[in-house]
Amino acid sequence: MTETAIETNGLVKVFGDNRAVDGLDLTVPAGAVFGVLGPNGAGKTTAVRMLATLLRPDGGAARVFGHDVVAEADAVRSLVGLTGQYASLDEDMTGRENLILIGRLLGFRTPAARVRADELLEAFGLTAAAERQVKNYSGGMRRRLDISATLLNTPRLLFLDEPTTGLDPRSRNQVWDIVRAVVSYGTTVLLTTQYLDEADQLAARIGVIDHGKLIAEGTPGELKSSVGAGTVHVRLRDPAQRADAEKLLSAALGATATPDPDPRRVVIRVPGHGTEHGAAEDAARALSELAVAGIVVDDFSLGQPSLDEVFLALTDHPATQPATEKEAAA
Amino acid sequence: MTATTTETAEQVYVPAAETIGAVLDPRERPARPSALSASLTFGWRAVLKIKHVPEQLFDVTAFPIMMTLMFTYLFGGALAGSTGEYLQFLLPGIMVQSVVMTTMYSGLAVNIDIAKGVFDRFKSLPIWRPAALVGNLLGDVLRYVLASLVITVVGLILGFRPAGGVAGVAAGIGLLVVFSFAFSWIWTMCGLYLRSEKSVMGVSMLVLFPLTFLSNIFVDPSTMPGWLQAFVEVNPITRLVAAVRSLMNGTPDMGELTWVFVATAALLAVFGPLTMRAYNRK
Repeated sequence: MTETAIETNGLVKVFGDNRAVDGLDLTVPAGAVFGVLGPNGAGKTTAVRMLATLLRPDGGAARVFGHDVVAEADAVRSLVGLTGQYASLDEDMTGRENLILIGRLLGFRTPAARVRADELLEAFGLTAAAERQVKNYSGGMRRRLDISATLLNTPRLLFLDEPTTGLDPRSRNQVWDIVRAVVSYGTTVLLTTQYLDEADQLAARIGVIDHGKLIAEGTPGELKSSVGAGTVHVRLRDPAQRADAEKLLSAALGATATPDPDPRRVVIRVPGHGTEHGAAEDAARALSELAVAGIVVDDFSLGQPSLDEVFLALTDHPATQPATEKEAAA
Repeated sequence: MTATTTETAEQVYVPAAETIGAVLDPRERPARPSALSASLTFGWRAVLKIKHVPEQLFDVTAFPIMMTLMFTYLFGGALAGSTGEYLQFLLPGIMVQSVVMTTMYSGLAVNIDIAKGVFDRFKSLPIWRPAALVGNLLGDVLRYVLASLVITVVGLILGFRPAGGVAGVAAGIGLLVVFSFAFSWIWTMCGLYLRSEKSVMGVSMLVLFPLTFLSNIFVDPSTMPGWLQAFVEVNPITRLVAAVRSLMNGTPDMGELTWVFVATAALLAVFGPLTMRAYNRK
């Protein structure tokens, strides 16, 4: 039996007349990455801030490794680390000073805090920038320093709130590698994201949140098969063959094509069929039927369902953006 | 935004699982720091920030010099017959005004820190909760001492000759700094409640201007109309100035001193908890 890292029961947080988190029931097993997927304003940040003891819940209960986030806040604080959407670093201080400050606040004596700071700077590739003020760091460096500050106390549970939002692709990949490394050494990670792709890459389980409630939960495979495994984009050489191609693909995949303005393109969802065979197999079989029928395909791709498609499938409405999360986070 | 450092000039960082694993190796966690140690660490941060942004000392150096010069020469001849005479009366008062005015920067600093998100990190640490605020105020105490010393030096150059000597002046500065530390909690609380640094500035100006000008700093209250005298008499700044003057003149007034100590304790007892309540709810 695996240990439970987080358990919430009917967690509620209200800002004015906005129920940012509205009865959230979540169970996060220890030792893996748990992805919380949802659009802006779904309540992800608010939920994370309550779990990290930064916000007091208005209702319900939450326990982190068995400790109540309100009654045993200090015990929770010593077990968790939070890296928020906005870097919580002191911009005027150098990277090294930031880490020494946190180290001393965690109870390290100054020499030990220095040693620890240097180790972390080294591990996160920031040694060369150690003596520079953080305001001169790039977005990726800032995020790495932020994560390293959070890891200073070797937390058992790491909260990463949209860790790759606003980062360039290379920095994003670095953060992904860091998350994988951290979790492989036994730390539990709760990661919020707006990208199904990111949750799919990193998370062992994913919870989908909408309007402050959990609307779906499972492994990435389970989630995708409930949503549809992906979307096939096919580009034909001859637009005249489009109708035939649509007919063949619909029959092979058991789904209707999505209308597309490009006369040479066919876009069609691949429905999930559980776990017995993958979306790529289904797509390949369908494509071979096109070849048999003599329809020339110049290009094709199999894309993951987007967050919008996930939401359409789960809630019958697209991922709306009420733009309240930012205020809620303040 | 200032120039952004890119990594192109450096080696591209590739995260290595082993090195990250090594720093995650669970070693013995240090004991939670004491309240004093955590507060002093935040005080160290305040000092470091002064080192990195020395411009922020402008308000405790240039501003007090300007105030002292301006009011000594503006009012000296008219009010006391000579600037030298007036300075003996004015200097302790202008020192109180300058330092008390400076207290509002405590509120500004807290407000800016919160806007930048760095407090999220501090609040998620298992430390004595008020440490971040107390530490900021310890840094501010350093600024109050600096401002007081700057004014003392300017005064001595201009001809201020306090009868209380070094001990009297030091005692006066000490009293002023202790009171200002307590007084700063009001602005720290405002910094937590108000939305922007501009509103913190606005509110503190609205309070500090009448409080410092409608006092015994510039003129003897007996020349004022009765209703104004009544206000000046109950104004805590009047009591503080009287106490500081008495110390610097070498004739400590026990009544005024007691009043200031009681006011200091009351400010801490009221605004300390109120501020912490705001801090915990943020």
